[in-house]
Amino acid sequence: MDEQLLYSKNVNENPCHMCMPMGGILPFKGIEGAMVIIHGSQGCSTYMRRHIAEHFNEPVDVGSSSLNEKGTIYGGEANLKQGLDNILRVYNPKLIGVLTSCLAETIGEDVERITLDYRKEKGLEDFPVVAVSTPGYGGTQNEGYLLAVKRIIMELARPTEPHNKLNIIIPNISPADIREIKRILALLDIEYTLCPDISYSLDRPLVRPFTKISTGGTKLADIAKMPGAVATIELGVTASTEESPGHYLSEQFGVPCYQVPIPIGVQNTDRFLQALTAITKRDIPDSLLMERGRLLDCMVDSHKYNFNGRSVIFGEPELVYSLAVTCVENGIFPVVAATGGSDRLTQLLAPIFEQYKQEIAILSKADFATIRAKSVELGANIAIGSSDGRYLTEREGISLVRIGFPIHDRVGGQRLLSVGYTGSAMFLDRVTNTLLGNKYGSYRRSMYEKYYQTGNTPQSIGGAV
Amino acid sequence: MEAALDIKERNPFIATKGKQKVSLRCDADSISGCVSQRACVYCGARVVLNPVTDAAHLVHGPIGCSSYTWDIRGSLSSGDDLYRNSFSTELQEHDVIFGGEPKLSRAIDEIVAKYQPKLFFVYSTCIVGVIGDDLEAVCKRSAQKHGITIIPVQSSGFIGNKSAGYRAACDALLRLITPEQPLPRKANSVNYLGDFNLAGEAWIIRNYLTEIGVSVNSVFTGDSNFDSLREATAGSLNIMQCAGSMTYLATKMQDEFQIPYLRVSFLGMEDTADSLRKIADYFGDPAMLARAEMLIARETEATSPIIAAYRGHFNGKKAAVYVGGGFKAISLIKQFREIGIEVVLIGTQTGRPDEYDTINDLVNDGTVILDDANPAELERFMTQQGADLLVGGVKERPLAYKLGIAFIDHNHDRKHPLSGYIGAVNFAKEVYSTLCSPVWNYIYDWGGENRG
Ligand code: SF4
Repeated sequence: MDEQLLYSKNVNENPCHMCMPMGGILPFKGIEGAMVIIHGSQGCSTYMRRHIAEHFNEPVDVGSSSLNEKGTIYGGEANLKQGLDNILRVYNPKLIGVLTSCLAETIGEDVERITLDYRKEKGLEDFPVVAVSTPGYGGTQNEGYLLAVKRIIMELARPTEPHNKLNIIIPNISPADIREIKRILALLDIEYTLCPDISYSLDRPLVRPFTKISTGGTKLADIAKMPGAVATIELGVTASTEESPGHYLSEQFGVPCYQVPIPIGVQNTDRFLQALTAITKRDIPDSLLMERGRLLDCMVDSHKYNFNGRSVIFGEPELVYSLAVTCVENGIFPVVAATGGSDRLTQLLAPIFEQYKQEIAILSKADFATIRAKSVELGANIAIGSSDGRYLTEREGISLVRIGFPIHDRVGGQRLLSVGYTGSAMFLDRVTNTLLGNKYGSYRRSMYEKYYQTGNTPQSIGGAV
Repeated sequence: MEAALDIKERNPFIATKGKQKVSLRCDADSISGCVSQRACVYCGARVVLNPVTDAAHLVHGPIGCSSYTWDIRGSLSSGDDLYRNSFSTELQEHDVIFGGEPKLSRAIDEIVAKYQPKLFFVYSTCIVGVIGDDLEAVCKRSAQKHGITIIPVQSSGFIGNKSAGYRAACDALLRLITPEQPLPRKANSVNYLGDFNLAGEAWIIRNYLTEIGVSVNSVFTGDSNFDSLREATAGSLNIMQCAGSMTYLATKMQDEFQIPYLRVSFLGMEDTADSLRKIADYFGDPAMLARAEMLIARETEATSPIIAAYRGHFNGKKAAVYVGGGFKAISLIKQFREIGIEVVLIGTQTGRPDEYDTINDLVNDGTVILDDANPAELERFMTQQGADLLVGGVKERPLAYKLGIAFIDHNHDRKHPLSGYIGAVNFAKEVYSTLCSPVWNYIYDWGGENRG
């Protein structure tokens, strides 16, 4: 296949990313009592609700200003205000997030001003409305996510007396992952504010009565106090300084910011714990060191099997980064590391791979046509990423280990645990077992074909399949 | 009349069946901030056209629209699979400012070079409508350049709701099927409109029709392709399953090509039998009618005991239905009746006045009927009406489950056919699998308040 077609910039063939407002919704679902409305046409919010609901298996209510032709021509201000009225009435939220879609941005709606006016008109000056400009064409869901987190903090954070808590900025990881991070913090006896926190709100126990807005999420009062924290740990290394919520807190309020990767794998988890202990001067409890030992044991148990792995990793840059590091430390060579978005990933990963003789394709702004072609070319035999990678299995027979967002063709995306020493071992087992499954599924046939048939194509291999 | 939550503008869209006939408001724009379940014009067009298997589906717009609709519906193909890709021009800020036409024509060139498709559908999205790219002109130029058929689909998101998207899709299909010279009619042949072959339904129905002596000329659009659709105007009758998406096309084909149409439904035993008779009746051939009766008798005999066995488990159960189109809602009322379940709440996203009239005639007194409902209303009325089961789309599933109610997906997320006799059995089985699951027995309060 000729290179030019492969890396075309005019066609995206099977997207590996989503649009900005999609990412913008998620943080709001992790804020106590928050509700979101998208200013734009009806379809955008319906698609995104479907996608998010499928992944988490939770009701995901997102309003829309339902812009029609008239609103598009004459401006959608009245629509948005009516939408805010109705959201307040039906949901009685503590905070409203207003995101824009492509349409609202293209016709030049100034949501910041509209929501300010609205609050003034209604005498709701103190009611928090967080307007986030998220044109679908302005970036991927990853940028939308980061921007929403930052805007929430900008809106709520107030200069505060110093206190003991630690801020932890949470990227788009599973509710189970967030619960694991909380467990680690509890083991170290650290007080914290996680922002955002979907660990309860998007993985609700079945409790009655049903509430329209889920309980759980970061408390507004805690976000207000983030500027008084000891430090911020941002679980993420791929955001630019401008995008980084932790950097914002350090610039504005002098809260020191430590950026560490999502703690998947031994090095990445070590880095997280190093940051925690450096800031709080706490000792790591024995029980956690034991978990670390178990992870090492798991790595040793699996290393030979893993050595057969040639992985293709794709998805949000932050996750791809951590997974690539984890693959490397386990001898599963990543032959393709791809994201639909930013090229910061390439800058970060390239130095890590310099020492290896093997070729690795680090792709940014990639689509699945490119990922597929590169995976075949470089002989990938295991894929790690979201459900959209199922096409690699379907078309190329590359088994997929699901992780990240969205997982919409299997249940339990919200329950997948992959962070910390314990979660990393569970993740690694999923990968190793997939490799073993492939091996057991095919070795009888391949040995037979290789050694018994001595080069002839078998007519029938009887019970050997 | 039921009061809609706290939004009085919603009141005209909600009614309770009673002695006095009430007219329900429908076919209107969604009210802002109501968390409508509706999709957009583009989505409506895409779901109708996506099953055309050898077409390149190119979304002219930003990435999200293409991302969320990749391989939408999962409809099945017996041949080509180009349709399972989602192509996008992935417009950027720069294109929004300076226009996206050059990028679109380059995108078409690239896809042609890589896949040589015979047919393109090029969809316009919200911003394309606003920035004013001339889709028509670009498609025409590219079509001439490559000597293939490239059809623009005018589906800007804000020009209406999903129904407008259906119309846009039908307009695109009309352009595709209009022949240069009128085609000779094929005797005893039908076009099957409004089946998207989600799980082989179009194949099941074709088998029935073949058995009674009717040939299926083309299907709109399940497992269809360029060649089969180009032959469409040779069909002697159109039969239409999904009225929401296809009524416009059926009337146009009647006016322009003098092909009459019949409304059919293959959901449930009763509707399936009625539809087969209706088709045989239309052709006025006694032998065909006899074959239809034979098929009906044979299948009914095989199916009835299975349905009856399931029915025995459903005593006193009540269902809520919230689906896309009105005609499907009507079929579901009858199908639930077949398995002994009463529908106590029924609504649609895009139902039309005549469909709501029929619904009103069919349901029992006290049934809540609503147009363009939202989660808050569904929650309120399902609870109030004591529904045990909800039929809806993926977004509604978690709501039902959180309320401890059984759920059936009647849209995208299923991998078994719901049409014909096999579909009737599958439906009853699915109802059984959710309504009679042991899990519901374990949802009780334990260890204090508010526990599961
Ligand atoms: S890309 Fe733009 S128009 Fe498409 S879904 Fe996203 S916000 Fe909506």
